[in-house]
Amino acid sequence: MNDRIKSEQQRWKNKIASSAVKRHPKRKEMFTTVSGKPIKNLYTPADVPDFDYLTKLSFPGMYPFTRGIQATMYRGRLWTMRQFSGFATAEESNRRYRLLLERGQTGLSVAFDLPTLMGYDSDHPLAMGEVGKCGVAVDTIQDMETLFNGIPLDKVTTSMTINAPAAILLAMYIAVAEKQGVKPDQIGGTVQNDILKEYIAQKEWIFPPQPSMRIITDMLAYCSREVPLWNTISISGYHIREAGSTAVQELSFTLADGIAYAQAGIDAGLEIDEFAPRLSFFFNSHNDLFEEVAKFRAARRIWAKLMKERFKAKQERSWWLRFHTQTAGCSLTAQQIENNIVRVTIQALAAILGGTQSLHTNSKDEALAVPAEEAATTALRTQQILAYESGVANTIDPLGGSYFIEKLTNEVEEEAWDYINKIDEMGGMIAAIERGFPQKEIMEAAYRYQQAIEKKEKIIVGINEFLMEEEEQPPFLMIDSEVERAKQIKKLQALRQQRNSAKVEECLKRLRIAARGKDNLMPFILESVKAYASLGEIIDVLREEFGEYQEPSVF
Amino acid sequence: MSSTKGKIRVLIAKPGLDGHDRGAKVIARAFRDAGMEVIYTGLRQTPEQIVTAAVQEDVDVIGISILSGAHLYIFPRIIELLKEQGATDMLIIGGGIIPEIDIPKLKQIGVAEIFTPGTHTTKAIEFVKQRLQGK
Repeated sequence: MNDRIKSEQQRWKNKIASSAVKRHPKRKEMFTTVSGKPIKNLYTPADVPDFDYLTKLSFPGMYPFTRGIQATMYRGRLWTMRQFSGFATAEESNRRYRLLLERGQTGLSVAFDLPTLMGYDSDHPLAMGEVGKCGVAVDTIQDMETLFNGIPLDKVTTSMTINAPAAILLAMYIAVAEKQGVKPDQIGGTVQNDILKEYIAQKEWIFPPQPSMRIITDMLAYCSREVPLWNTISISGYHIREAGSTAVQELSFTLADGIAYAQAGIDAGLEIDEFAPRLSFFFNSHNDLFEEVAKFRAARRIWAKLMKERFKAKQERSWWLRFHTQTAGCSLTAQQIENNIVRVTIQALAAILGGTQSLHTNSKDEALAVPAEEAATTALRTQQILAYESGVANTIDPLGGSYFIEKLTNEVEEEAWDYINKIDEMGGMIAAIERGFPQKEIMEAAYRYQQAIEKKEKIIVGINEFLMEEEEQPPFLMIDSEVERAKQIKKLQALRQQRNSAKVEECLKRLRIAARGKDNLMPFILESVKAYASLGEIIDVLREEFGEYQEPSVF
Repeated sequence: MSSTKGKIRVLIAKPGLDGHDRGAKVIARAFRDAGMEVIYTGLRQTPEQIVTAAVQEDVDVIGISILSGAHLYIFPRIIELLKEQGATDMLIIGGGIIPEIDIPKLKQIGVAEIFTPGTHTTKAIEFVKQRLQGK
């Protein structure tokens, strides 16, 4: 059989294809993926020789989970449609959340403003111009109460994109749930809490790596006991990709970060099966449909292997790579913005074909501003059309078994292992970050990509081909930060007057002592937020104890 | 202007709290590859720090990369500080997520050009070279 295929392939290549090429020469010298990976003209059984179905794929819900982590996948339950949103004040964001839930969204995802992400209160001088701009401002538990007003926290799961101050925002969420009468073991959701990718790509760090990892392992330990349904880290490739990495780099650096967290948990005395089931992932989905699908499938296979073989996890749940996907913000154009709806559709399709557990689809206007309401609705509708009209959710891993997809999945996996091994040799991800290794690799890839566009090796519609006279830009959601800042400062000052200052002082003092010692920080943070200590006050204590990270800057 | 060996000196600055430095680094690299001398400030620089660096390094061009939406606060503040320092001959350019509607406001206060997403690096390079001709 195989020999017959080989001889037929020879005949095809030498006779049929070669004469066809004379009539229709190749459009270009090299065909490559978005990441620059060369792609052949055709894939056949010869590309996946000795393909062992059970070792490479097996069945959905079975090791190594290439076809999906659940046995039923989308036939049982669709992915969670989770649109990332937040702007201005807690009141306004709360209104948007309720609107999205009303329109059929199934989970919340909170975007905080930059001062909150960096641990500054709204009245800090560095917060000028930034309050409420790219997310919602949260200074104290009071803002958090407003944010989730009328939203039952035992019914909705919430993802919070927060990293360096993640412990504090989680503490606020736990406290708000308690006020609603919902116990910590009933709440579900995610904090991003992935500080390593901050050093690598997104750059919203506060403390140096070691104390940052201590806060994270404290959260792993605390949540495994007290908040068992909470996803403690969303190990994120998204920002790595947005910073300009290739698909393989995104995958490799994210998994290497995952290794570092797993190791840190173990080094802190935890059992791998205590916390690994609550680790989740967050990936980007770019324009190259097949490359993305291969990336997601390879991700599951590698993580399962790492967990089972390297970390000796016993529970199957520890082997699962569960992931959220967001379509690629960096792929959206500020030109002819309607085209972005099409890009988002292709990217969302890749995430679904790749077996994502939840999905955010970007709005068409995101290269210009924070999404307007109409654009945010279209983005959600895109997911609903894919889910209910397209038929892609009818069967599990529909691309599985394609010669091309399987070959690409194998290649992506091999290239990712090369990176992972290289980072291991450097002494792990923290050592690699300190050497600037991932940062430099990403920078090189970003520059190559920009050059490829400028040389027209890659065509981006509306950017370097098919240009049009631009119409006037549509109205955006404009946020006047000074108005937002004034509102926030007024609230914060009123609260500072009303609260029991002696109690706040006492809580912060106890937190400081805990930070100097080895006690788990979470209970101290929780009592501080309950006493209405602000985010900035808590971070200040920790910053004084832990210091601040200084970046080795390279370009 | 006192450009050493006739090379154009550029300060690429990243103000505000936003850490998205892909654009800043790509343009820094492109300017360098185009034969300019480039100084990159690193992240989270206050307008004061940026102006101090620009004056100390005696640059010809200040390139501000900003994606957070704080541009209407950051640019005026930098230009005001430059005036206080008497450094009014520097070419100020910007890039990032800046809505069209804000661009005239920025130009009015003295920003020479804003390069929005999708701009080729060569366009920014040509712009700088042209504007600094004869200097």
